[in-house]
Amino acid sequence: MSMTIAFLLAMTFLISVGGLGLLIWALANDQFGMGQKSAETIFAPGEVGEIEDPATPEAARQAMQRAREKGHHTEVSEELEERLVADASSRTPVVMWLSSSMVWLLLGSVFGVVASLKLHLPEWLVQDAVLTFGRVRPAHLNVVAYGWASMAGVGVGLWLVPRLFKTSLVGGKYAVAGALVWNLGVLFGTIAILGGHSDGLEWLEFPWQIDIAMVIGGALAAVPLILTLIRKRVGHLYVSAWYLIAALVWFPMLFITANVPNLLYGADQAMLNWWFAHNVLGLWMTPLGLAAAYYFIPKIIGKPIHSYSLSLIGFWALALFYSQVGLHHLIGGPVPTWAVTISIVHSVMMVIPVLAVAVNHHMTMLGNFRLIIHSPTLRFVVLGAMMYTFASVQGSMEALRSVNTVTHFTHYTVAHAHMGLYGFLSFVLFGSVYFIMPRLFNWEWPHSWAIGLHFWLVFIGWGIYFWPLTIGGWLQGLAMLDATRPFMESVAVTQPYLIARSVGGTAMTLGHLVFVSHFMLMVLRRGPRREGATAMLAGKWLGTGVQS
Amino acid sequence: MTRALGIIAASAIILLFATMMIVIMPTMHTQTRSHPSSGLKPYSEQALRGRAVYVDLGCMYCHSQQPRDSAQAPDGTRGWGRPSVPGDYSYDNPHLLGTMRTGPDLLNIGARQPSVDWHLSHLYNPRAVVPGSTMPSYPFLFEESPKPLSGEVEVKLPAEYSPGVRVVAKPAALDLVQYLRELDRTYPADDIPVVEVDSASN
Repeated sequence: MSMTIAFLLAMTFLISVGGLGLLIWALANDQFGMGQKSAETIFAPGEVGEIEDPATPEAARQAMQRAREKGHHTEVSEELEERLVADASSRTPVVMWLSSSMVWLLLGSVFGVVASLKLHLPEWLVQDAVLTFGRVRPAHLNVVAYGWASMAGVGVGLWLVPRLFKTSLVGGKYAVAGALVWNLGVLFGTIAILGGHSDGLEWLEFPWQIDIAMVIGGALAAVPLILTLIRKRVGHLYVSAWYLIAALVWFPMLFITANVPNLLYGADQAMLNWWFAHNVLGLWMTPLGLAAAYYFIPKIIGKPIHSYSLSLIGFWALALFYSQVGLHHLIGGPVPTWAVTISIVHSVMMVIPVLAVAVNHHMTMLGNFRLIIHSPTLRFVVLGAMMYTFASVQGSMEALRSVNTVTHFTHYTVAHAHMGLYGFLSFVLFGSVYFIMPRLFNWEWPHSWAIGLHFWLVFIGWGIYFWPLTIGGWLQGLAMLDATRPFMESVAVTQPYLIARSVGGTAMTLGHLVFVSHFMLMVLRRGPRREGATAMLAGKWLGTGVQS
Repeated sequence: MTRALGIIAASAIILLFATMMIVIMPTMHTQTRSHPSSGLKPYSEQALRGRAVYVDLGCMYCHSQQPRDSAQAPDGTRGWGRPSVPGDYSYDNPHLLGTMRTGPDLLNIGARQPSVDWHLSHLYNPRAVVPGSTMPSYPFLFEESPKPLSGEVEVKLPAEYSPGVRVVAKPAALDLVQYLRELDRTYPADDIPVVEVDSASN
């Protein structure tokens, strides 16, 4: 044990010194481009101050522009014309990844509602093993995590790539092939779970043979990122690109390592399991969501991010701290206490990158919050960013032993997961899709009321999901800790809250139905043709939409 | 491009470092597979088949297998057993530690409830033996068999839960019950001392 600690200290020291050296080298060579000017990388010359919100009808967009402190009109620059071309260059792969994610979103929502209902209707749909709770629940998780969130996240990422590197997407066909392979992976993985062939590890249920397809699909999706990166035409890589690049490094490392069969046994395997399961959130889903938020918030309101250097500090702090939080899922479990403590410490340290992101997102919005009245895109992304702050601070608290003792093993954790993956990530992805589609299709969203309906259904539904389940989970935890109360009391106490969760989940699912139907109308270019072009540059591009 | 390579390299190194800290070093410390507790018996063949049923029906999404120390929670008082140690899991692949206690911890269910009859009734309809239970029924693990055949295990059900016909267990149900009965880590732990239960602190 003392040897272990000595080794640990020595390694920590070496890594810290190495990191410090790297930092000094980077600063000396201006590798970080920490200057505030870098925050303007995402704008064309003179574009700062200009609203860009393709999901908002022209009249509302002009109202947004007036509400923006100093509205002004951008000259049509060469760079903006090039951007139109770049935007269109990613159309096929982005539509492939996004429309696939829509199908998985609907399917995953149905699985979620079925699983939720089963927790208060235990005699419902029990005749067949396929629909037993223990299969539907992991099917829900894997479909929404790998089908919906990952595919929509990659789709948004692919669309961001040409914008971030200011050049057309190169190698889009690899990403198209990647979407096909990835879809097959999710499809057969889900069938395997429902058929009773799960690998049996949470977040890693897909049989490892199928995981090989996922690795190939993911690698194919990364090809255009790398090819376009090589041809980039920007001097500085904007912070969103950092998150995307890192996510595409981290995901295969995590996914491949964790899926090697029979690597570890028992308690050791549990540590590997939770190393993976929390990192897939922290180093895969979160970077995808943050990359989008860091792009869309400043871009929509036409204002560079509040503090650019803070965003880069946030990036490295996230990498350093988030990567070591996984073992807080095993507090009190049969694993070394020192290792769990490392994870708890890092969970609390996560406050640093979270505050860096929070300050940036919310200070950028400061003075412009009324814009969310007009813009559904902004409403989704800004609310998502707020829920990132909330979810992360909540997560840090939950990792504390005193809090974890109550919340561990309860529905409180499930509610928390939906604060992160739904409140944060899914909201940001919804907003991103609303922004991206008009740019890809040169066509406005057919019905703005549908966007509003989607928003209110999922926002209210999610509230009915999250708050009751949080309270119910906490009460469940308190009941379990009180040895004088029989265990069955902890079951009974959750029932009304679980019913509320089913109601909320159903509303969310209805919202998804509206969203996906609207998305389909958009892809098919149905609905009334309004101003036509996408209000990218008021005036110049009106009515020039290509009807292909 | 150098900057992108820097990001790629640094991201990978950070993750490797994290992996060393929270996976490689702790597993070197515990070495679960090569250091089974001296009281731990390997699962029987039937129990291993039952364990596969436990995995495929997803029991682990509601049941943990990791009693905590009495200093943290009254798991021991509830009869779930002493705090578990890595050596209790040396034959577990996949691990089934679980993250939810929608139902009780099962690491020592075999010691707590050794009755085959109880388990079969419970799987057929949990509410037949545990009023208020929200566990699903598993009717597909059973079949109706009006005439007794040799080797069949009949499920004993209270009248209000009986379908009116004789119900017998399929092999999968018997395997699963055998696994549950072999879940018994009541032997003393080897290396990590069991903390004295201070009943006043709970």
